[in-house]
Amino acid sequence: MKKWFAWLAIAASVLTLSSCGYNDFQSKDEATKAAWSEVVNQYQRRADLIPNLVNTVKGYASHERETLEAVTRARAAATSFQITPEVLNNPEAFSKFQQVQGELSSALSRLMAVSENYPQLKADTSFRDLQSQLEGTENRITVARQRYIASVQEYNVLARSFPTNITAKIFSYPVKPSFTVENEKAISTAPAVNFGK
Amino acid sequence: MLRFPRLPAFCLLCLFALLTGFFQSAGAQDFVAVPALTSHVTDQAGMLDEQQRRTLDQVLVDYETRTGSQIAVLLIASTAPEAIEQYGIRVADAWKLGRKGIDDGVILIVAKDNPKALRRLRIEAGRGVQGSLTDAQSKRILEDVIAPHFRQNDYYGGLAAGVSALTSLLDRENLPAAEKKEAAGQYDAAWLEVAVLVVMLAIFFAALLLVRRRSSGRNNLNNLNNNSWGNAAGVIIGSILNEAARSSSGRGGFGGGGDGGFSSGGGGFSGGGGSFDGGGASGDW
Repeated sequence: MKKWFAWLAIAASVLTLSSCGYNDFQSKDEATKAAWSEVVNQYQRRADLIPNLVNTVKGYASHERETLEAVTRARAAATSFQITPEVLNNPEAFSKFQQVQGELSSALSRLMAVSENYPQLKADTSFRDLQSQLEGTENRITVARQRYIASVQEYNVLARSFPTNITAKIFSYPVKPSFTVENEKAISTAPAVNFGK
Repeated sequence: MLRFPRLPAFCLLCLFALLTGFFQSAGAQDFVAVPALTSHVTDQAGMLDEQQRRTLDQVLVDYETRTGSQIAVLLIASTAPEAIEQYGIRVADAWKLGRKGIDDGVILIVAKDNPKALRRLRIEAGRGVQGSLTDAQSKRILEDVIAPHFRQNDYYGGLAAGVSALTSLLDRENLPAAEKKEAAGQYDAAWLEVAVLVVMLAIFFAALLLVRRRSSGRNNLNNLNNNSWGNAAGVIIGSILNEAARSSSGRGGFGGGGDGGFSSGGGGFSGGGGSFDGGGASGDW
């Protein structure tokens, strides 16, 4: 008789666990991890392109030393940042990751702006190829980030809404951090345009 | 007493939230809608005449039957306010061109009247073709193959040249050969699943009967316990059936996505379930 109650208890717990979203947490947690590794993958791809790009630009525009060094430094900072799975559940590490990658993005865009001044560089086929690869990878990063944001949103809705938030508390599935606008301050202040010199 | 004045305020807040939600969703509709995928060449900008459209379509249909890879051309007037990249990935996600797991789909998008900042040409390359159709190659096709024709308003010539450049690049990729349509295989798998389920249920019921008979043979256990067993069994069976129904309906959706693409002989055309990561290139003419 006691055995039957044990069976009943097991069956009941299985049913309640699935009804209070435990399994949903498993699948959505995995989905965010998969989306995250795609993000990391694409950032890595960008970092891998940079040495070639810097070398090509150096061949034509060697006196843009400052810009080139800024890119190299930002790349070193971005690649030395350890990306562990804990980054996902640690808002501080996450924003640090975002910061180092953001700095690399702005250093790169300065480099691309500078390279506009060198017609010979722009005509170089390998530079053109690298440029389009970089462009494509930046777009891949955008897409990967969008997908990560979407998957975190789904996960966070589950972690916050009732009654699944109780499951989240019990099994410790905290709300995950997501990407924000990198240069929030820069966007919110109007640019000063001054023609009178 | 304190609560009463708060109630209307709360209601107002809810209403406000509802309204903003409504406006937000209305705002989201401002983006250009992704057209339904009906053929390999979708011309919403009137850049091709019917004869040209059909010829190009036939080339792409033939290519798909020969290799299994799906290439589509989308001509629209404008993607504003989105850039062509953002629009392109939405199209790619909606159409899901390329075979599932092989991801050999390519979309060539032309937004004829786009302002310069949003770009007018785009190649969306599926994940599986990026070995040969690299971003750099996509860019070259756009700028060196298609753009010169487009500058002389030779849209058909540009698209035809672009498509043949795409196909010759995809041919270099070591992709699995095209599959013959095998809808029967899919049904077999589904039947197997049902059969397994039926067998499992049969075993379960047999066990249940055995237990019941044994317990009633030994002594008449109280009915309450028997009932609870029956209930538990019912719940478990119910959940199994539920799960089965869910998974089989999921499979149905899968089948539609996975195999529909290759029944293009009948006139219908749909994506095979390929995925895109935003790779490719944008350009202008």
